[in-house]
Amino acid sequence: MKFIKIFLTFTLIISFFGCDDDYDTIIFGGTISINFNHYWDGQQVTSADFNTETYTNENNDILTISKLRYLVSNITLHKSDGSSTKLVDYYLVDLSGGTSFSISDILDGNDYSSISFTFGFNEADNIDGNYIDLNSKSWNWPTMLGGGYHFMQFEGKYGATGTENPFAYHNGTARVSTGVFEQNFFNVSLEGFTSSESETIVEIKMNLDQWFEDPYTWDLDTYNTTLMPNYNAQKLMQQNGASVFSLGIVN
Amino acid sequence: MMKWLKILVIATLFVSCDENGIEGYTPYSPTLQPLNIPQIFSDNILPPIIPLDNPQTVEGVALGRKLFFDTILSANNSQACASCHSPENAFTDSDRFSEGIDGIQGNRNSMPIFNLAWNYDDNFFWDGRSFGLEKQALEPVENPIEMHNTWKEAIISLQNDGEYPNLFFDAFGTQTIDSILVTKAIAQFERTLISANSRFDKHLLNQITLTPSELNGFNVFMDESKGDCFHCHGNANNPLWTDNDFHNNGLDATFLDIGLGKFTGNPADNGKFKSPSLRNLKFTAPYMHDGRFATIDDVINHYSEGLVNSSTIDPLMKAVNDGGVQLSASDKTDLKAFLLSLSDDEFITNPAFQNPN
Repeated sequence: MKFIKIFLTFTLIISFFGCDDDYDTIIFGGTISINFNHYWDGQQVTSADFNTETYTNENNDILTISKLRYLVSNITLHKSDGSSTKLVDYYLVDLSGGTSFSISDILDGNDYSSISFTFGFNEADNIDGNYIDLNSKSWNWPTMLGGGYHFMQFEGKYGATGTENPFAYHNGTARVSTGVFEQNFFNVSLEGFTSSESETIVEIKMNLDQWFEDPYTWDLDTYNTTLMPNYNAQKLMQQNGASVFSLGIVN
Repeated sequence: MMKWLKILVIATLFVSCDENGIEGYTPYSPTLQPLNIPQIFSDNILPPIIPLDNPQTVEGVALGRKLFFDTILSANNSQACASCHSPENAFTDSDRFSEGIDGIQGNRNSMPIFNLAWNYDDNFFWDGRSFGLEKQALEPVENPIEMHNTWKEAIISLQNDGEYPNLFFDAFGTQTIDSILVTKAIAQFERTLISANSRFDKHLLNQITLTPSELNGFNVFMDESKGDCFHCHGNANNPLWTDNDFHNNGLDATFLDIGLGKFTGNPADNGKFKSPSLRNLKFTAPYMHDGRFATIDDVINHYSEGLVNSSTIDPLMKAVNDGGVQLSASDKTDLKAFLLSLSDDEFITNPAFQNPN
């Protein structure tokens, strides 16, 4: 019986490989996981909080959140010697979908000490219709507003219960005037960790309250919906966005 | 036990490397029939969803088509899938509520059927309660206000039929019919129902020029300060013209039918229903999950002046406190012209989609 079991196992293994002409080359290296976590004044926000948990912004507007998706691109690890490794071209963070990813087999995974990315797409990458996975999620930014893709969709309601108003904090290319557009992405660099050869988990924190303050105290009665074609609103989002990301726990 | 293990070992070796089969044995060999993916889709969006355990085959699609139009699945042999999903209506029903075999009406409008293989989240029905097209097809046979049959009886009818056992062998390699194989065949046929040959598709492929009214209507559709339709209904780079997601689009202050909320159990989902594709509106009236709007004009007027607030209304219904986005009469006319440019006349007359029985 034992012989049969051994023979069976061996036979199954042979049957798997017996007809294959090629073997994949497997390179073992470090693994890095990037977790995008979201906070409001230090309190973590997940999709479980949507529609029910209330938050108060700098302008004392009380709001709830129903959707948060945003695009980050050119996510890159850096070492102090100047070398770098790009992890992904872009990643769509969706609190109702995925908020983290892992990359395996990073060669020489030791000693990365900072991470950088672009919020949205830079001008070279923000090519209208170019990414079929983003098209499939209707992530596109209207051509009349410069085309390309949304950078963020942050939606919810604000105001007193029973008389709430909607807000749709959508960010992307800014339209200056008809046919004239201004890029609206910003770059983020977070430093202060040391990666290891085996596995490193990096938490990137988006502090949602910061979208509504610093430098501009956001007044939702002024800017709530139809913000996509609103040049001023788009540039204020870019300015406030500069302080929304910080490095969280790294282990 | 030992004997069976030895047989398994020999069989494993035989299957793993042999390419010619056993001499004298004619294996079941269906012919693969990959979906004919339109250029407008392959250029812009992800490939379709085809379950690994249900590849498209000539035999499977033909069987599914026959089943789709056959009344044999209903308890009294009076109703087929096509009874409420008619080709001439882009596979929906022109009646607001379809009647089942007992003359009882449902409370939702029959959904149109096309481009379902590109429903990436794979949630079907207005409330998304079925995960996967095959699973969706299980329900109407036993629904008491639809075909009001049991799968046991339906399978007996198919098994006793003069043709079906052989057709199932051709499609699936067995004459023993079950509900899983029936729904696999129907799903294969449904996945072939592809619509991508509208005037707007031809415009995107630079084959025709749209009218000024149609082009302005598209701008109204894409303008956040006007129609703002694109957030839920796609755009030129997402030619499905739906996000296949669920929204409360401001129909009612309170809900007789809570839609997605009944399936998820989350009160925040009450009143949410799937965004339908805007393709083929020319053929799919009436509109909305409950068919309350008889015309496209009614639908446009709803978003322009008829929005009603409720606790779960989507923030994208941004002008709800004003009743809607307040389109001008000319913008309404142009928006309608654009919407009609998404209809595909060849889809509803495609010979491959008609009743084969």
